[in-house]
Amino acid sequence: MASRELGPGERRFSPASIGADAALLVWFVFSLFPLVWMVLLALKTNAEQISTYFAFTPTLENFATVLSEEGERLTSVNFTDAILTSVINCVGAVIVSLVIGIPAAYAAGRWQYRGSNDVMFTILSFRFAPELMVIVPLFVIYNQIGLFDTNVGMIWVLQLVTMPLIVWILRSYFQDMPAELEQAALLDGYTRRRAFVMVALPLVRPGIAAAALLAFIFAWNNYVFPLILTGSQHTPVTVAVTRFLGGGGQAYYNLTAAAALIAALPPLLVALSIQRYLVRGLSFGAVKS
Amino acid sequence: MTTTAPPRTPAPAVQREPRPVPAWRRGLRPYVLSIPAVLIIVGILYPFVLGAYYAFLNYAAVVRRPVFIGLQNFAEILSDPAFWTSVRVTLHYAVVATVVETVLGIGIALLLNRSTLVGRVFERVLILPLMIAPVIAGVIWGLMFNPQYGVLNYVLGLGSTFDWLGESTAIWSVILVDVWIYTPFVAILVLAGIRSLPKEPFEASAVDGASWFYMFRRLMLPMMWPYILVAVIFRFMDCLKIFDHVFVLTAGGPGDATRTLQIGAYQNSIIQLQYSQGSTYMFLLWVIVFVTARYLVSVLGKAQRRAAGSEE
Repeated sequence: MASRELGPGERRFSPASIGADAALLVWFVFSLFPLVWMVLLALKTNAEQISTYFAFTPTLENFATVLSEEGERLTSVNFTDAILTSVINCVGAVIVSLVIGIPAAYAAGRWQYRGSNDVMFTILSFRFAPELMVIVPLFVIYNQIGLFDTNVGMIWVLQLVTMPLIVWILRSYFQDMPAELEQAALLDGYTRRRAFVMVALPLVRPGIAAAALLAFIFAWNNYVFPLILTGSQHTPVTVAVTRFLGGGGQAYYNLTAAAALIAALPPLLVALSIQRYLVRGLSFGAVKS
Repeated sequence: MTTTAPPRTPAPAVQREPRPVPAWRRGLRPYVLSIPAVLIIVGILYPFVLGAYYAFLNYAAVVRRPVFIGLQNFAEILSDPAFWTSVRVTLHYAVVATVVETVLGIGIALLLNRSTLVGRVFERVLILPLMIAPVIAGVIWGLMFNPQYGVLNYVLGLGSTFDWLGESTAIWSVILVDVWIYTPFVAILVLAGIRSLPKEPFEASAVDGASWFYMFRRLMLPMMWPYILVAVIFRFMDCLKIFDHVFVLTAGGPGDATRTLQIGAYQNSIIQLQYSQGSTYMFLLWVIVFVTARYLVSVLGKAQRRAAGSEE
């Protein structure tokens, strides 16, 4: 544990080690520069936005503009409403996915039953399905039954993003939990349901939290569903951000960057809080760490 | 005293036998638990199947009563050069992006694995690009790509003439953004894999005087193969249906230089309201994705079995 070094000759201050750190540094300049530039742009005034200077007097007025009526006039989307819409849609989709997904994940993690693999692989195939194949018919259906541009319509379709994630991650957590723990509870006179609620569920609670938060990030970051299935009433942030690009026939670099920063912040904060669980989540439990 | 037993504590084992549940009901349990999920699956599969069905209709917004026309859409689209351009663009994108991200991701994972102070600091911020919405990544890079006002030409000293999103450069620029977003995905998966490897084979071969490169090629890569494959599968599948950042950066242009299959389907279905054509694009893409996924997952299964066998 103390040393993770794999090869000989990898002393701490050897030329090889310094070279490796330098190579890492190059990647991180490349990786972080766009984010830094987004922050800088967001702090610039209209007059400075097209300059490529790094030194300027920062201002917060872009954030105020994005969230004000001025921003709404430019984009015909109220950005504060867009944030609220994103929160409602994502929390709604995650809650539905949890209520439905936890029992299914438990069933799949505990028992091999006829058709269990088929159900699990059908759920997994959602992960790789081309979204438009589902969205185009939904676009037609939603227009007919009045779900177009509604939160309910978005929550429903976001299941495609959140459900597979939650079911597959939690299945791997339930599989890793020793069945003896529940059997012991059953011997102590617990019913199956009680054993699940009192023993199994608390043990996978970190997994549930991580899966729910990761599903939230994915739902929040989704763009193609709301692009096609929402209009001007329930636009989420990902679509609202792009509206600043052509706002008023003029490019507002600084406003776009401010809007992008606001929209990017929740996933970034959530991701940093669940970093330990990310590997397992991103790989659907196929890679455990 | 007997009446003051605290609430909610389970009854002691001696007093309460588990309620006997008939075997047939126990057998049903996993099915009952899965019913809600299966209902959702059906709810999502219905539009999916409907979408597949559209591919066999002459369905467009202007067509009042679509009728079944069999394989006519497929015949039309398979003989349309625009479709094959989309296939070429999509494969170009998917292959280049997956290869570059895999190589870079493995490299970064190896560098981070040394667990120096620099590595530990960088590991924490590595995933940031992966966590912001791809469409927002597209927006940011779009601002930076602008030839006149964008920061890239200024920083790289290219003047205002280099057009990142021009006819011949656009595909490489959208791949660059893909590499920026998703290389961390490969890196953290591979890093998790490296850290799960047993130490003994490496120590043994170090004693034998094996070079670092020899150990990497003969020990680490074979043992890492399942992890790398998982990353490759996820990346390749996602690249085949890429949409978000490409759409906001180029909308498929200039011309059809970055018109991937999903963007082609979007243009057909949503812009021109030719639902059948868009659905035929998607149906063909789905077939490609499905066949590729089946193949890659079978390769993964073999690799995982081999890796598991080699440990015993």
